[in-house]
Amino acid sequence: MPQTIHLSLNVNGAMHECDVEPRVTLLDALRDHLHLTGTKKGCDQGQCGACTCHVDGKRVLSCLMLAAQAEGSEIATIEGLAAENGDLHPVQAAFLEHDAFQCGYCTPGQIMSAVACIREGHAGSDDEIREYMSGNLCRCGAYNSIVAAVREAAEAAR
Amino acid sequence: MKNFSYSRARSVDHAREAARKPGVALIAGGTSLLDLAKSAVEAPDDVIDITRLAGFDAISVDDAGATIGALAKMATVADHPDIKAQFPAIAQSLALSASAQLRNMASLGGNLMQRTRCSYFRDPANFSACNKRSPGSGCSAIGGITRNHAILGTSEQCIASYPGDLGVALTAFDAVVDLGSRKVGIDDFFLPYGAAPHLETVLQPGEIISAIFIPASKAAANSLYLKVRDRQSYEFAAASAAVGLEFEADGRTVKDIRVAIGGVASKPWRARAVERALIGKTLDERIVERASRLAVEGAVTQGDNHYKVHLAPRTIARAILTLGGLA
Repeated sequence: MPQTIHLSLNVNGAMHECDVEPRVTLLDALRDHLHLTGTKKGCDQGQCGACTCHVDGKRVLSCLMLAAQAEGSEIATIEGLAAENGDLHPVQAAFLEHDAFQCGYCTPGQIMSAVACIREGHAGSDDEIREYMSGNLCRCGAYNSIVAAVREAAEAAR
Repeated sequence: MKNFSYSRARSVDHAREAARKPGVALIAGGTSLLDLAKSAVEAPDDVIDITRLAGFDAISVDDAGATIGALAKMATVADHPDIKAQFPAIAQSLALSASAQLRNMASLGGNLMQRTRCSYFRDPANFSACNKRSPGSGCSAIGGITRNHAILGTSEQCIASYPGDLGVALTAFDAVVDLGSRKVGIDDFFLPYGAAPHLETVLQPGEIISAIFIPASKAAANSLYLKVRDRQSYEFAAASAAVGLEFEADGRTVKDIRVAIGGVASKPWRARAVERALIGKTLDERIVERASRLAVEGAVTQGDNHYKVHLAPRTIARAILTLGGLA
């Protein structure tokens, strides 16, 4: 019998209980156990950024973190970004405005990464945005639009 | 990856005791361990989380130097105003590493312990011969695709390169690794390959890095880290250089110079021959370029990594000339 542990995970402000094998990553716990499939699995080895979410306000790669390590922290995923009434987060709105996606697969990770990038104060110029968003790959090549969206959202936040 | 048990260390002594046993792995940020476990390079039976141990992430800087707890995150140290002011090469080596997400997760201790990116080492399913993974089984890289492999510090058993940046910057400035019961100079912390490439550091079972100390110096305060790579960001070094410079009162004669290189060696590589050639000299392009070539004397190339014989000295030269205001 595979050994499981019981975890209480705080995701988007709500407590979720789950029983998972210790080897389960935060990404797999979110997607397969909590059925929050907004966070995407791209490479599953920390090289693409599609799995980016926030733990205690910091952007992290959920594929390289055990779910067990995130217990006790505040986890924020793309599903929790828009307001309760459905109003989009300014970064989400900027991505729409600038058509900053094609297939959309990298987009939740890009948005979560961008929200944190702006909050960190690392979106002061296009060059800085490119550098500090470099952990999020986009195979469709929507980078120019992504940079424009982050630039606009950062300016609005200042 | 193989399943394991998970528990959290109650104290550093508990972690040290547990770490003595075979099959036990400590986890901090997890960015190395989980990556390696997914490729089955590492397969622990028990994982012990040390991140909730209090007091191991402090950063303090005074006239003697900087003391950084091993659990301090790369992002925190990279952005720390005192580290940026007194040890810019170290802050830059962190800021130029990995990605923002990884820097938020990864600890300094774990960063030093990172393992080679050799694609044969990381692919046990397809390449069983790897002296680093299984001592005595042979080396799949020699005779294979070796563009990223080391030209310095290799042996007939292994040509894998150490990919980290922080270790290189620390090596330039004589950092000391605190293991709790003993302290080890950074250059001694990493072991040369010789006949035993599976032994990468001096860590004995039960030893855990608790802090890193970097002594203050004028050269450390006037330093930079130059990282040359195929992509502009989020990639390991093809060649890198951590350089520090102090001039005499005349502002032109070199009083102290530190040079360490990365991306080209089996461990972070101090280039003392370059330093010796430039102490007491006035810097100009010719003298710097000639001295920089001393760094690759004795280099052994293998297949596709010959370019590093040229790239490494040029990287050193550019770093020195930039620092010296001559680039």
